[in-house]
Amino acid sequence: MNMPIHSRTWILLACLGAGVALPFAADTFAQGYYVTVATRVLIYALAATSLNWVLGYGGMVSLGHAAFFGTGAYVVAILMQHSVASAWIAWPMAVAVSALLGFLIGTVCLRTRGVYFIMITLAFAQMLYYLILSLKVYGGDDGLTLSQRSSPSAGAGPLSEIALYFITLAFLCATLYALKRIAASPYGAALTAVRQNPERAESIGFPVYRLRLVCFVMGAALAGLSGALYANLNRFVNPGLLSWTQSGSLLVMVILGGAGHRLGGVIGAVLLILVEELLSSYTLYWQLGLGIFILLMVLKAPRGLAYIFTARSRS
Amino acid sequence: MRFSFHAARIIAIASLAAAALNPAQAADKVRIGFISTLSGPASALGVDIRDGFNLALKTSGNKIGGLPAEIIIGDDAQKPETGKQLADKFMKSDKVDFLTGIVFTNIMLAAGPAVFENKTFYISANSGPSQYAGEQCNPFFFNTTWQNDNLHEAMGKYLADKGFRNVVIIAPNYPGGKDALAGFKRLYTSKIADEVYVTLNQLDFAAELAQIRATKPDAVYFFLPGGMGINFIKQYAGAGLNKSIPLFTSGFSADEDTIKAVGEAMVGMSNSTHWAADLDNAQNQKFVAGFQKEYGRYPSLYAAQGYDAAMLIDAAVRDVKGRIEDKDALRAALRKADFKSLRGDFRFNVNQFPIQHYYLRVVEKTPAGAIHNRTVGIILKDHRDAYAGACRMK
Amino acid sequence: MTLLIIEQLLNGLQFGLMLFLLAAGLTLVFGVMDVINLAHGSLYMIGAFLMAGIAALTGSFWMALPLALAATAGLAWLLEISLIKTLYRRDHLTQVLATFALILIANDVVRLIWGSQPLPLNAPEALAGPVELLPGLLYPAYRLLIIACGAGVAIALFLLINHTQLGMWLRAGASDREMAEILGVKVKPLFAVLFAFGGALCALAGALLGPLSSVQIGMGEHILIPAFVVVVIGGIGSIRGAFAGALLVGMADTLGRAFLPMVLREIFSASVASNLGPALASMLIYLLMALVLFFRPAGLFPARG
Repeated sequence: MNMPIHSRTWILLACLGAGVALPFAADTFAQGYYVTVATRVLIYALAATSLNWVLGYGGMVSLGHAAFFGTGAYVVAILMQHSVASAWIAWPMAVAVSALLGFLIGTVCLRTRGVYFIMITLAFAQMLYYLILSLKVYGGDDGLTLSQRSSPSAGAGPLSEIALYFITLAFLCATLYALKRIAASPYGAALTAVRQNPERAESIGFPVYRLRLVCFVMGAALAGLSGALYANLNRFVNPGLLSWTQSGSLLVMVILGGAGHRLGGVIGAVLLILVEELLSSYTLYWQLGLGIFILLMVLKAPRGLAYIFTARSRS
Repeated sequence: MRFSFHAARIIAIASLAAAALNPAQAADKVRIGFISTLSGPASALGVDIRDGFNLALKTSGNKIGGLPAEIIIGDDAQKPETGKQLADKFMKSDKVDFLTGIVFTNIMLAAGPAVFENKTFYISANSGPSQYAGEQCNPFFFNTTWQNDNLHEAMGKYLADKGFRNVVIIAPNYPGGKDALAGFKRLYTSKIADEVYVTLNQLDFAAELAQIRATKPDAVYFFLPGGMGINFIKQYAGAGLNKSIPLFTSGFSADEDTIKAVGEAMVGMSNSTHWAADLDNAQNQKFVAGFQKEYGRYPSLYAAQGYDAAMLIDAAVRDVKGRIEDKDALRAALRKADFKSLRGDFRFNVNQFPIQHYYLRVVEKTPAGAIHNRTVGIILKDHRDAYAGACRMK
Repeated sequence: MTLLIIEQLLNGLQFGLMLFLLAAGLTLVFGVMDVINLAHGSLYMIGAFLMAGIAALTGSFWMALPLALAATAGLAWLLEISLIKTLYRRDHLTQVLATFALILIANDVVRLIWGSQPLPLNAPEALAGPVELLPGLLYPAYRLLIIACGAGVAIALFLLINHTQLGMWLRAGASDREMAEILGVKVKPLFAVLFAFGGALCALAGALLGPLSSVQIGMGEHILIPAFVVVVIGGIGSIRGAFAGALLVGMADTLGRAFLPMVLREIFSASVASNLGPALASMLIYLLMALVLFFRPAGLFPARG
């Protein structure tokens, strides 16, 4: 590592501190809107991290990851429609359904490789998208509004915006820490071996298919969680959350941030959303600026922004 | 993230500094958030509403009810998600006093709940959902145009009166489309040969046209807003159906934007409307002339709607003498609707939707060669929407 | 009823041939150059806008068509020699990122030049009406033109690929690029020509479909995924595969959307059918792809040896 370890830790702590202080600063200046933006950034950071886990650590290029994100969001919205407002019921259900879906889809898709895997994951996500689109009882193309945010306990009121922000921050930090530990565990080592050279891993005797499936399902579950949080933030879900453009956005975040780096998803999400918000408040042509920015990144930081401080490639 | 964008603000404000210096709501200006569809196949509608609204502001010297006005414009790109986020942003970050402009009903329904919860007044310059006319009517929702069913009710009655017995009806599969066909069926009591729902923003109707040909109705009625309608009319003629099966629609697909795109193929098309450029009152004549002078094109009914929405807000703010923080007084002033509408006299029903006439127009070619609508007569007089009874507001 | 089926078959053929124009360029770029080009849809959009713009300036559909094609091909060629060629050695993910950025840039450049609203584009006057193909079957003349153009291009491409030296180089490159290079195929100019050619095909599809759809920003994104599905079904790098795949997808999609709701209405209620029908019809092409890949994992007519 080129950067000394202690200065990296200081930077991370500083970011965390800023994250914690943000809502209070925003409140002082009566700019509650920034808490909303920040929460959205954190939620996408979590979603991108889940894809980073599948793509960067598991080596699986999934173009259908938004399906799990959208599913998590819809589970919460549909439950709310049926008057189930408790977060303790809705959120675990969102994670469970997404994980189950990840299992079902993964079982089929992981039998393919390369570009065919990419297309099959896309196909399943699109099918799910059209299915949800057809469910007029849950809004169809017009989407579903949540009458309130989830409640933390029976009888209590819905989560406030600030509470949601801190919960999301907590989930993100916990996830990053957990993934760090898992990556360093024997399972993580096996996964790395599979990613680097599947044939060799297979010949050594690793259960490649099973290792990948577990990774895929984990990613799906995490994406489901971020979807549940998103439904709470926006109080509105629509089928577009499952579309390929949403999957594409997540993919761009991961690649931009640095696939395989622990903070790749976070950096990518922060970068993409902040650049978009900043540019769009100044000019109508923010997509142009964003596109040029991404091209520059491709040239200057070919492996993603997270690796910009690493001189050599990661082993 | 989404493939969407917000339009640039027309009057810049330093948000953070202004908010810090001005934490409380002092009524020294009126802030209006304008969210509309300004891109995509239906953008002509949003652009017209915006231009009509802006013309009204210009005419009043950029003042609303005597106070300086500030509009912030956002483009929802026809996505409910974007519309909702814009509404949230305008209310939370820009602290607008009024919201207006949304074209599509699905976007209206997505943004509505948060607007009403925030107790911000929404003045609809287009969408009139049946939900907000009936059971879910809300003191903060005012509609100055029509309830979604109305223009279609008028055509339904017209077709029934004209003796058509076997009609195919077609609309997009979203709340506005469903309201439209429900309205048509309410006053057209004969046989519906087929009720076809297409996807919103579908642009190629080859399959549906083949189906219509096979069904052999004696008329076709459609509601396909924006670019959808333009393509449908062109493809209908391209398939040769216009020679055998007459095509009817509401004013939404028979106004200036459609005429400009389709041209000759539209001459003779009967349509219903709540406003027409040849309505004979002083403010309307002035509006039509002023719009042509300012923008170099003939105004559509969408432009007239934008203008009237601005005039309602103007009258209400003047009525409360600028004290817009007093929501109850403001609401009473809005309900009074004491302004000169381009349609003549204007009044609200108890559900804050209009009670008005609906006219029959026909697309004609003038001797000079230009193609415009000509008002032929009144189909429905002092018509109320069908949902007002379910509204509990007094 | 038979007339209805014939009409829908023609519609499916029309859609399939247009998909072929897009898929042909895409499959060659992917197969020969090994580049995932997400901006393929943007070339389609640019072609349509150039067509609409030039047609408005000159007042003539037929004059605008070749000009739009040439301009888009030129643009594609410029793109290749400046940016795309830097992507050859990079991994697929980087290509995805870079071409995604191109989509964003293209959308905004088009907005800068032509504004946010769609451009009007009409079929030529002579073709605005129907033609009586069979007694009682009136079919729009313009759609017949599209079918004719699509079929003409398909034949020309087959001749090119199978009976010219250029075609031989392309087939060799798609089959095994390194080997082709070693055997003396001049790769650099070949790739530039190929990319430009793909751009021209996109522009043709965009210009022809413009009057039937809407010349608007983002129109490329709608057609991109079906084009990729066609490429995968047909087999990457294979023109024959792209043709077969395109017709299959075009027919399945059109016939599905036309007849599925009808069939469903016999079984379910009208409202269920009107919801389920379009959903199933849209899912059809993905089910088709999954099915094809199950039996033929490399596609219908794989180019790679």
